[in-house]
Amino acid sequence: MTTPSRTPRQVIWRGLWILWLSVKEEPRIFAISAVGSALFGGMTIAQAYVFGHITGDVIEPAIKRGDATTSSLLGAALLVMGVATLKVFGILGRRLGAGIMQYRLQATYRKRVTRRYLELPLEWHQQHPTGELLSNANSDVEATWYPIAPFPFAVGVVFMLIGTLTLLFFTDPVLAIVGSVIFPAIAVLTVVYSSKMSPLMTRAQQLRGEVSTIAHESFDGALVVKTLGREQLETDRFTAKSRELRDTLVQVGRVRGLFDPIMEALPVVGVLLVLVVGTSRVGSGHLDSATLVRVAYLFTLLAFPVRAIGWVLNELPRSVVGYDRVLRVLEAEGSQVFGTATADASGPVALDTRDVSFAYGEDQVLHSVSFDVAPGRTVAVVGPTGSGKSTLASLLVRLVDPLSGVVEYDGTDVSAFAPGQLATVAALAPQTTFLFDDTVRGNVTLGADISDEQVWAALRVAQAEGFVAALPKSLDTVVGERGTTLSGGQRQRLALARAVARNPRLLVLDDATSSVDPSVEQRILAGLRGSATASTVVVVAYRRATISLADEVVFVDEGRLVDRGSHEELRERCAGYRDLVTAYERAEAERIAEHAGDEKETVR
Amino acid sequence: MTTVDVGAEQRSSFGTLAHGLKVAPEFRKGLRTTLLLALLSTAGRVVVPLAVQQTIDHGLSKTTPDLPLVRLACGLALLAVVVTAVANFFMNVRLYRTTEDGLLALRSRAFRRVHDLSVLHQAAERRGSLVSRVTGDVDTISTFMQFGGLLIVVSVAQVVLASALMMWWSWQLTLAVYVCMLPLALSLRVFQKRLQVAYSTVRTRIGELLGAISESVVGAPVIRAYGAQARTAQRIDDAVTSTREAQTRAQRISATTFCSGELTTALANSAVIGLGVLLATHGQLTVGRLIGFLFLVTLFVQPVQIATEVLNEAQNAIAGMRRVLGVLDTPTDIADPAPGLVLPEGPVSVTFDHVSFAYVPGKDVLHDVDLTLAAQTRVAVVGETGSGKTTFAKLLTRLMDPTQGRVLLSGLPLAQLSFASLRQRVVMVPQDGFLFDTTVAGNVRYGKPGASDDDIELAFTELGLLDWLETLPDGIFSAVGERGESLSVGERQLVAIARAYVADPDLLVLDEATSAVDPATEVRLARALDSLTRGRTTLTIAHRLSTAEAADEVLVVDKGIVVQRGPHASLVGTPGVYADLHASWVAQSR
Ligand SMILES: Nc1ncnc2c1ncn2[C@@H]1O[C@H](COP(=O)(O)OP(=O)(O)O)[C@@H](O)[C@H]1O
Ligand SMILES: Nc1ncnc2c1ncn2[C@@H]1O[C@H](COP(=O)(O)OP(=O)(O)O)[C@@H](O)[C@H]1O
Ligand SMILES: [Mg+2]
Ligand SMILES: [Mg+2]
Repeated sequence: MTTPSRTPRQVIWRGLWILWLSVKEEPRIFAISAVGSALFGGMTIAQAYVFGHITGDVIEPAIKRGDATTSSLLGAALLVMGVATLKVFGILGRRLGAGIMQYRLQATYRKRVTRRYLELPLEWHQQHPTGELLSNANSDVEATWYPIAPFPFAVGVVFMLIGTLTLLFFTDPVLAIVGSVIFPAIAVLTVVYSSKMSPLMTRAQQLRGEVSTIAHESFDGALVVKTLGREQLETDRFTAKSRELRDTLVQVGRVRGLFDPIMEALPVVGVLLVLVVGTSRVGSGHLDSATLVRVAYLFTLLAFPVRAIGWVLNELPRSVVGYDRVLRVLEAEGSQVFGTATADASGPVALDTRDVSFAYGEDQVLHSVSFDVAPGRTVAVVGPTGSGKSTLASLLVRLVDPLSGVVEYDGTDVSAFAPGQLATVAALAPQTTFLFDDTVRGNVTLGADISDEQVWAALRVAQAEGFVAALPKSLDTVVGERGTTLSGGQRQRLALARAVARNPRLLVLDDATSSVDPSVEQRILAGLRGSATASTVVVVAYRRATISLADEVVFVDEGRLVDRGSHEELRERCAGYRDLVTAYERAEAERIAEHAGDEKETVR
Repeated sequence: MTTVDVGAEQRSSFGTLAHGLKVAPEFRKGLRTTLLLALLSTAGRVVVPLAVQQTIDHGLSKTTPDLPLVRLACGLALLAVVVTAVANFFMNVRLYRTTEDGLLALRSRAFRRVHDLSVLHQAAERRGSLVSRVTGDVDTISTFMQFGGLLIVVSVAQVVLASALMMWWSWQLTLAVYVCMLPLALSLRVFQKRLQVAYSTVRTRIGELLGAISESVVGAPVIRAYGAQARTAQRIDDAVTSTREAQTRAQRISATTFCSGELTTALANSAVIGLGVLLATHGQLTVGRLIGFLFLVTLFVQPVQIATEVLNEAQNAIAGMRRVLGVLDTPTDIADPAPGLVLPEGPVSVTFDHVSFAYVPGKDVLHDVDLTLAAQTRVAVVGETGSGKTTFAKLLTRLMDPTQGRVLLSGLPLAQLSFASLRQRVVMVPQDGFLFDTTVAGNVRYGKPGASDDDIELAFTELGLLDWLETLPDGIFSAVGERGESLSVGERQLVAIARAYVADPDLLVLDEATSAVDPATEVRLARALDSLTRGRTTLTIAHRLSTAEAADEVLVVDKGIVVQRGPHASLVGTPGVYADLHASWVAQSR
């Protein structure tokens, strides 16, 4: 995670640039809210004028006369209400506009980020922690657009300040000087404030992310935590990180405690100055008391809105950090390159894999693997744990691209196919099952146009028909996040049905029956044998029965293709292969021998 | 299935707060002093109306302004402002400290509670939602406390002070202002209800959104393998859109609320002007006080307005609080007995005393299991997928309690054993070898904190996995990636077994723990565990019947009933479930 480090000043500029970006993205809504905000600002000033007017032209004369006319009072009240009504329209425009703008931007960027997730290759996903990706699409997008909420307000306030100062100069230059000291002072203070706050906020945001990562991981591994009784250990780990967050926030409190009161005191000091200076101006005949009241009132009215500028500036650091992280996704390189080839041939695929190598970072796990599978044939990939079988399987269906070498379907490089074409040709049942929080049907079809009959047929092949039929709503049963209400073997069979359901021309099964008991597996294999006639099949397997499905066996060890041939041939000439597939027999033979030995001993 | 919230969702906003204070007493520490400081820190705000009143009534009332008096009044006011600022500083610091302390406690307790919930609860609740209860929800409360919460505290104090001053100047005008406030105060409740509904919809939508996003990330391989991008994008877009709509609706309500505050201010001002002029002409009010009053009205309504402003934040925070407390309120159905019994040293025997279990009431997944497994035996559990083997293992390790009957270890009821003793002596390796995002060594050490690197190397050596270890880039110091995903599936299982192995339990339960491991390694591992497990009881669930062949005793489970038990040699000769299973196994593996 490399965040470009910026000085506080650069942060502010970058933040302002993001605000500008938001205006470019949503010009209309911004215009509405800015106009609303300006109306609000204008009416705030008007409110002060109305008060000055009422003081000078209604209250004072009435008291001098000792009698008030109803019409003048009614007029005053109407004036007050009128200004307030206009102000309310301003507020509505500003707030609704700001809200809609903020939520739209969030929505737009969430869509963009997640769209990018779907486009980026699997390799990219493997390099980024889930928690980070989740927060990129969620809290980082949110943080980016936080300043939008007070932004139109602040824009209006800027205009309001300029208007106020201008009017003050026309009213009384001396009071204007007070204003032009106080308000800029507030503005400068706000900037200093946010430059002090910015590193703390950034740190807090980062710590929140770390706290969240720990929680994610810990709850993901809840079963391990529980079975080993490590709840306290985990709680301590989590609490330690949370405490860092707490410490940072307490520091935030201190900075805030220092600046907030000053920010609040400044306008009050302003009013007091206005009173002292104004009184002497009244004495020297430059000012009347009504105007003094008006200016003092204006200062009071402005005290609060002026801080809107601060709200925006305070959010900028968070926004900048969030945007940087969002940008890393949006600008991430390495999309898979697609060609334009379409896959309209029918019948089983002729698969050809030539000199394929692959590395996870520095660690090369496949070395120049070549083999071909004639259309309709079945090949078993066999090899020890960690030898690279799953990696090979994911290369065959182009989940990842090889470091070098090519995979070809019917003579066409898989990377030459147009997006979405490969999925119509090939299906992979991966080693780890992933189910969506969707119905059984949705999980099998995954949005493809597959009829219920075909779904049931696939479930039959995968030996899942029985338990699916027994589910409360059959195909319409929602299986829940990651399929937690099904047992491991049941989930695996649904994933298998998913692969079979689309009658793929190339079927890749990566140890797809590991959680299934022998008798069910036997039935699945029989089903596949009966239905897979139109497919080329690559199956990663350990068990003899699965291997015996295959016309040919490919034996890999430590990322290299060691040998290929029929089961009998390999068993004959390849020691590693023999070792692997006869392990159970040998184990039993040894056991029987041992047992016999034991018995002899007991007899003796 | 029960989800976490049930009880807490019904609590009112105020009840939630009160409950929160009770659950985390850290919140209350020094609260009184802080509130006092808050009161003091608003004093500076009423200074302005006072100064204005003094200036008008005494400074400007004569033909020549009384400048020294105005200076004095304003000087005193300035002093008050300084005192206020100092009080404000201390209040801020204290408020942050207490609330963050309280939230830290709340967070960490909720985290612990999630781990203490039974596997059933954990499974029923979406993982993501559990995570947000100890992260996002708490962050919401924290953000609120720092901004809205502070404003509310200060605002309340401000209303109190402003009211006091108003009463002193003119009770009639005060009454008028209060009457004008009445509609707002009354409608606020309605607004608040609507806001509450609106924001809880927002939260739900965001939860769904997170779920949809998380699928697109976690399910990345499947989405690519099946070209399901368009469908996933559609699901996300729908969630994004409905989230935005819910947010906009909530915003509309809160904007309206805010505006009613503005109109109320105007109403109060009009009333003050009208009534005030009448009172003044009758000599019952000075001009200064009347104008001072107009300043005060702002001070009085502003807090109410701010309150409506932060109401949505408050609603968010309370909703967050409710969800956090929801976790704490969920009883731990599998509780650590206090004081618990300690499992005596030595080998462990297992007894199931007429045990039944149902995930859904009335649908027994295990039915009347009644058996004893002698200490130091190697037991294999076999049966079709879904027959209840994992359920059996979970009951044995007390991840769940039986619906009926009881489980005993070495004659002691499982439910009365202290967790400390139980988890140390009984370890289960579940099927998916979940690993933490650290090194191989770090993960193994999780089984035995304090194990040295040499201990860990030794464990792999004893398990016959040294050859494998050498294929890793950095041996035991190789990083395993998130959830262990930088290792192959089988390799993860190897590390998970090593982790359980160093924990050195007296009862080891392996639930399909080597399902993705190649046969040669599996056999080697089984043999290693065997020679090392003499003296401990092991229970192995496996689909590869080689395990059953090697076991002292085989339990055959069929549709939740233990239909056969005995050594492989005798079972294989008797027609029945086991003989059939074994026949398929032989057909497949030879
Ligand atoms: N995402 C990954 N990042 C880094 N290394 C990986 C990743 N996935 C697998 N590996 C490594 O690549 C090798 C081959 O893994 P894999 O193809 O899954 O093996 P198999 O399926 O044969 O058990 C293993 O040594 C494993 O540690
Ligand atoms: N969390 C759960 N909620 C509801 N039903 C469950 C849950 N877990 C398992 N089941 C059901 O209980 C039965 C037995 O499951 P399990 O013990 O996992 O079987 P096995 O381990 O033998 O494959 C299955 O029918 C399964 O669908
Ligand atoms: Mg694999
Ligand atoms: Mg199971």
